[in-house]
Amino acid sequence: MSEKVSARSYWIGYQTILIKEVTRILRIWAQTLLPPVITMSLYFVIFGAIIGRRVGEMGGLPYMDFIVPGLIMLTVITNSYGNVTSSFFGAKFGRHVEELLVSPLPPWIILAGYISGAVFRAVAVGLLVWLVAGFFSGFHMHNFLVTVSVLLLTAVVFALAGFINAIYAQKFDDISIIPTFVLQPMTYLGGVFFSVSLLPGIAQQIALINPIVYMVNAFRYGLLGVTDVPLWIAYAMIFIFGAVLFGVCLRLLSRGVGLRS
Amino acid sequence: MKALEVRQLRKTYKNGVVALKGIDLDVAEGDFFALLGPNGAGKSTLIGIVSSLVNASSGETRVFGISVQNDRSRAMAEIGLVPQEVNFNQFEKPFDIVVNQGGYYGVPRAVAKQRAERYLTQLGLWDKAFRMSRTLSGGMKRRLLIARAMVHEPRLLILDEPTAGVDIEIRRSMWRFIREINEAGTTVILTTHYLEEAENLCRNIAIIDHGQIVENTSVKTLLGKLDIETFVLDLRSPIEHAPVVDGMEIVLRDPTTLEASIPKSRSLNGLFQVLERHGIQVKSMRNKANRLEELFVRLVHLDDGAAPAAAAGEQETPA
Repeated sequence: MSEKVSARSYWIGYQTILIKEVTRILRIWAQTLLPPVITMSLYFVIFGAIIGRRVGEMGGLPYMDFIVPGLIMLTVITNSYGNVTSSFFGAKFGRHVEELLVSPLPPWIILAGYISGAVFRAVAVGLLVWLVAGFFSGFHMHNFLVTVSVLLLTAVVFALAGFINAIYAQKFDDISIIPTFVLQPMTYLGGVFFSVSLLPGIAQQIALINPIVYMVNAFRYGLLGVTDVPLWIAYAMIFIFGAVLFGVCLRLLSRGVGLRS
Repeated sequence: MKALEVRQLRKTYKNGVVALKGIDLDVAEGDFFALLGPNGAGKSTLIGIVSSLVNASSGETRVFGISVQNDRSRAMAEIGLVPQEVNFNQFEKPFDIVVNQGGYYGVPRAVAKQRAERYLTQLGLWDKAFRMSRTLSGGMKRRLLIARAMVHEPRLLILDEPTAGVDIEIRRSMWRFIREINEAGTTVILTTHYLEEAENLCRNIAIIDHGQIVENTSVKTLLGKLDIETFVLDLRSPIEHAPVVDGMEIVLRDPTTLEASIPKSRSLNGLFQVLERHGIQVKSMRNKANRLEELFVRLVHLDDGAAPAAAAGEQETPA
């Protein structure tokens, strides 16, 4: 590497993207951090405190306790995905992504910067929702390492997915279609509000195609010690999805799809 | 060493538009180089390829000997780009925009902050450094683009119509700044519609038309090729007919304005002798157009109607 392009210059570039992303998230906190806290508080009140009392137990746990990990995951997934789509597509739309494209930064650094920004937001809102949940059901922590690793890996996987969406998006509608018609149904059917073991035979098999089932269950294990799927399968699925999405993102960025003429 | 080498560069867009038809171009280190051409000639495509925003269909581009196609990161570290259109985040502050750009080029944050202050001050923007960029005027935004391009102190500065739509006072201050940058050793490539700008600032020039280089020489040599000059003469009293002068073309534009096209081989004295004989008194005289503009029009085969539009600084539509 030349003097101007070195591991240190790449590190500074990565830090710059991250600082810029974190600053943006904190500057517009009323759009990024506050809404998930309010929405999840309503979920806890309605599904946990009001309806939950009539539901009884789910997966051997009080319903309120059962839905907490899923709702935190729901927040992490939507925020990591949404952060990258809005930020990267916004940069593309406003053409300031060209600041990065003409710089010496290689695609993997640009990708790492945006993904890290999304993870920051996902972890921040995840933590806030966990604090709110603690108010309703108390604080649980069965396995700290599993909880944190699943939280981070899930945020990375959906940030990568959001990045692909942002690369292909041509207009603002394009970044809301996938979250509305794909992500939301997958999340709601991914065992957030129910145990997949309750599903009849074939539906249970279909549910297991959904990667969110593995993330929610692994995270539920981390917080509460119960899961519908073996932990190693959950980690394997998360890593496979993450690796595939990372490869796709890097290839799209390297070829300049949607970015370079 | 050459700051820029372009070899057999071709670009065909997906819609079939052929923007570059195999061009060759060299820009020497330390040069102040003008790239001229009418709208859609391929200037922006060429700059896009050099700055890696556009992928070439074939050919090679080298910046200080480093291949843009094979060693993009190292090549980009040498370039500062001032794009034709404002492309920074208008919801950020000028100071942050410049500092962050420094970060993308590996400039430590503390150093980037010092440079941001220096360049924003030099470009008369320091008092606006912490305002939202969207509140800046058009001229200020253009100067911010220059400050942003300079923060990593590139060896090659490419300016794509930097003064389009900027008033003359600010344009002149921008010229001064860019000239100083060049004198300090930075190679400058400038595309512009203001041909006066190219004539005043640049040492060498390439004219691109329909994706091909139609002229590539020094400004001095190019101007030497101009064999006819046109003068506008304001008359003291109205006349009815233009006088006939052998070997010159004299046209009466209105009763008190004559336009005389005179070959360089002929003396102006001959014209004045004829005017004297006809009792025509000249109040004042000026060049009809910028000299380079006349050549430009000839080289790219523009008709009389198209030339003023180019000189007026119309925005080029990217191919």
